[in-house]
Amino acid sequence: MNATIKNVRDILEQVVDPEIPVLTIADLGILQDVGWNEGRLQVVITPTYSGCPAMHAIEHDIAAVLRENGYENVEVKTQLSPAWTTDWLSESGREKLLQYGIVPPLGSADKQSLRIVAASLECPRCRSDNTEKISEFGSTPCKALYKCNDCLEPFDYFKCI
Amino acid sequence: MELNDGETLDAKVCDCPMTPDTSRQDLFQYVLRLGDNALINGQRLSEWCGHGPFLEEDVGVANTALDLIGRARMLLTYAGEVEGAGRTEDDLAYFRHERDFRNFLIMELPVGDFAFTTARQFFIDAYDYFYYQALQYSVDSTLAAIAAKTLKECEYHLRHTGEWMVRLGDGTAESHEKIRKAVADLMPFTFELFDADEIDRRMCERHIGVDLDAIEKSWNEKVADALAEATLERPEVTFTRSGGRQGLHSEHMGYLLAEMQSVQRTWPGLQW
Ligand SMILES: [Zn+2]
Repeated sequence: MNATIKNVRDILEQVVDPEIPVLTIADLGILQDVGWNEGRLQVVITPTYSGCPAMHAIEHDIAAVLRENGYENVEVKTQLSPAWTTDWLSESGREKLLQYGIVPPLGSADKQSLRIVAASLECPRCRSDNTEKISEFGSTPCKALYKCNDCLEPFDYFKCI
Repeated sequence: MELNDGETLDAKVCDCPMTPDTSRQDLFQYVLRLGDNALINGQRLSEWCGHGPFLEEDVGVANTALDLIGRARMLLTYAGEVEGAGRTEDDLAYFRHERDFRNFLIMELPVGDFAFTTARQFFIDAYDYFYYQALQYSVDSTLAAIAAKTLKECEYHLRHTGEWMVRLGDGTAESHEKIRKAVADLMPFTFELFDADEIDRRMCERHIGVDLDAIEKSWNEKVADALAEATLERPEVTFTRSGGRQGLHSEHMGYLLAEMQSVQRTWPGLQW
């Protein structure tokens, strides 16, 4: 049975965030548990943002990829508590975000750093710290929009929540 | 056991008039109110999508609306479970009539201009921030979990609208005048937010619901600070408006529901 769970986790490595396709659900820290429940394979995930449309796509993708691999009886369960935090983003996930051009969350949500938004961040393109915040919201609620005053490119910051 | 004359077998423990156990009904109403506030506020705010004053703010307001609709979904799903009559989040959102909605009036007021939307959202964000901060300690574990999740979002909503209050108030003469008028127009609607009724009191006594007096105190302080920073004065209020929780809505509510419910009313049960 443990071998199967390991196998399922490996398969789930293929499931990525549809908005940020470099991140797997394990990188995001939303994959909470994989196990058997009365003969059904149960995958437990925690939603990132309450209204995030990506969550629905992710649930669908989990069931689809497992079906392709022969797991027919699958239940994707959503668990609210404890609430998801960007602290759960994996180290490799943070690295992948930066490569992708999104500045990963700074500091820890636990330490209440979410109340203090860094006035300027390091530009992911040119590494200049001469940057400024344009908007609290980027293309999705999880990101804020910044601009680099040196290379003049806009970039996203993955907010710390 | 021997019965005396006139005594019957269905004797009672006491002669008090029977009060039905309202605990489940109270919890349903309590959760429904929170769900309706999030739903109607989110629906109203979503009207800005594609009409924002500039692209970033268009996206910002639409994202806040999305958070609110997500919150409404969690709360209305839970309300349906508590009610136990088999109603889903969609049943509650799309198949109730105006008189059955329990949101505060401030949620349903038309979007107005950007200053009005900002002031309204700032008042609501500050309220939600303190409300959900307290509610995360509810003895009802589902409400506590929803509150802990919601609180994270309330924080950046409040930061966003708080910054805009200052930018508009301490901005140009025109922006100052617009936000001053918005604050004056909205202030009479804020008293309803703190007007605790029997359900609020019973839920508070059971440590399920929050203490509205405490929320009001924190809210007043936060609003006073923001208004001062925005070089605005808190307007004198000569009248207040309420009735949303009794289902007595403003003339704007019917139009909002007509738009929100039209698809499901026309094709009941339609799915994407
Ligand atoms: Zn740069």
